[in-house]
Amino acid sequence: MLRLDKLVKTYRTGDQALKSVEIEVPIGQVVALIGPSGAGKSTLIRCINRLVEPSGGKVWLDDVELTALSSGALRRARRRMGMIFQEYALVERLTVMENVLSGRLGYVGFWRSLLRRFPQKDVDEAFRLLDRVGLLAMADKRADELSGGQRQRVGIARALIQNPALLLVDEPTASLDPKTSRQIMRLICELCAERGLAAIINIHDVALAQMFVQRVIGLKAGEIAFDGPPDALTPEVLTRIYGEEDWQATIKTDETAEEAVA
Amino acid sequence: MSGVSTELETLLGTRWKKPPLIKLSWLRWLLILGGAVYLVLAIASVEVNWSRVYEGLDRGGAFIMSFTRPDFLSRGGDIWNGLVESVVITVAASVVGILISIPIGLGAARNIAPLPVYLVCRAIVAVSRALQEIIVAILLVAIFGFGPLAGFLTLSFATIGFLSKLLAEDIEAMDRVQAEAIRATGARWTQWINYGVQPQVMPRLIGLSMYRLDINFRESAILGLVGAGGIGATLNTAFDRYEFDTAAAILLVIIGIVMALEYLSGVIRARVR
Repeated sequence: MLRLDKLVKTYRTGDQALKSVEIEVPIGQVVALIGPSGAGKSTLIRCINRLVEPSGGKVWLDDVELTALSSGALRRARRRMGMIFQEYALVERLTVMENVLSGRLGYVGFWRSLLRRFPQKDVDEAFRLLDRVGLLAMADKRADELSGGQRQRVGIARALIQNPALLLVDEPTASLDPKTSRQIMRLICELCAERGLAAIINIHDVALAQMFVQRVIGLKAGEIAFDGPPDALTPEVLTRIYGEEDWQATIKTDETAEEAVA
Repeated sequence: MSGVSTELETLLGTRWKKPPLIKLSWLRWLLILGGAVYLVLAIASVEVNWSRVYEGLDRGGAFIMSFTRPDFLSRGGDIWNGLVESVVITVAASVVGILISIPIGLGAARNIAPLPVYLVCRAIVAVSRALQEIIVAILLVAIFGFGPLAGFLTLSFATIGFLSKLLAEDIEAMDRVQAEAIRATGARWTQWINYGVQPQVMPRLIGLSMYRLDINFRESAILGLVGAGGIGATLNTAFDRYEFDTAAAILLVIIGIVMALEYLSGVIRARVR
């Protein structure tokens, strides 16, 4: 469904963030993207919806070549790609409801959005999603009044109300405590399963990724260093991705670890 | 390893001083001494005519003493008319100026405007800021004649330079990720500004607008001195006639209104967060 074809990004400073990356993600698959800081994970995700403009290569979503779209067509294509951010990226001075409804901006005209007169089915869907992530009572609170975990749930609702085919998730748990991190990852993966969404999740926490995803891609200095199932992440593979370190404590060793978590 | 520790040992027990801003010590002292010498010479070059100061003390004293008995009544009609005119100029110029500043401010923010738009808007801001209000007022009085129209246009023009520049700088300092998140939803440009940018800069825009209203009122009192209408014209007349008690009354009114505006802007800014 999503296909990256020789994707290259070179920043104006001359840093090569991505060197000819090729990835294919089928419908409904949740992929974790791991790798050291500066490996190009955020750049890769942002090149897909062109928040960062790729310098070479192609990105295909179904049969649409995203890299060739004009700005109007790109806006329409972005509606099909929900994005969830590190540090949540809610607009802090807007209410929770406005933040969720902002996910509908691509579908709603300017004057309706300016006057906050969204179609009733959008409003209903926003209430349903807020209920699903457990924040229905918070709808009229301002986003900056929420805790980190709550904010990320709003971020998830904002991405899902776009009715996307693909979720782009950038470090969803980086600023959360371990328990909330698991809850958020579980929520994202459950929702992807419910709705048959594909997802690419940038994540630093290797063990957490192993717990929830079906496929792991390791990125190192802008190149793919690993691509396989979570169980295949051995200490040797982690050393290849991150460099020399004692990996025994980081990765899940047997099936009982997973049981204990679930 | 041992090399590092001997280096450490030589440093232990020595004092540490913050490195000076200018490393060359002769240059540093030259600049300090040069600055001091210039300051002394500059002050010495300002002539003070002490006998004139002595004579003037009486006049100054009379002026200050008149504040104890301000005369609001004998020119009450003039004061009232001037005041109304000033308020009209201030409010009209602020509203028009702010409305024009917002699009120019958006255009002058490098992170949201394309380069040609940015350059045009920055040029407008630069022209508006380069020309001081009094100079603009003299020019506009020459074009439009004496009266409040010239004052209104002057202050609108000055508001654009002030507000656009500060708004643009606030937009440039906004949190990029919040705006990025709105862009990722497929929002069009206007929606992006409305949802991603506006909430971030709104409190500052309101605060600056209130401050500009305050400045415009004070400026409107000055602009009267060059014939651009308002309470400044009344004040100028009072000085020309040596009616210090009326002048004192006008100054007290101006001070009162500025303080009221200050209080109002404090209340508004406390409510908008």
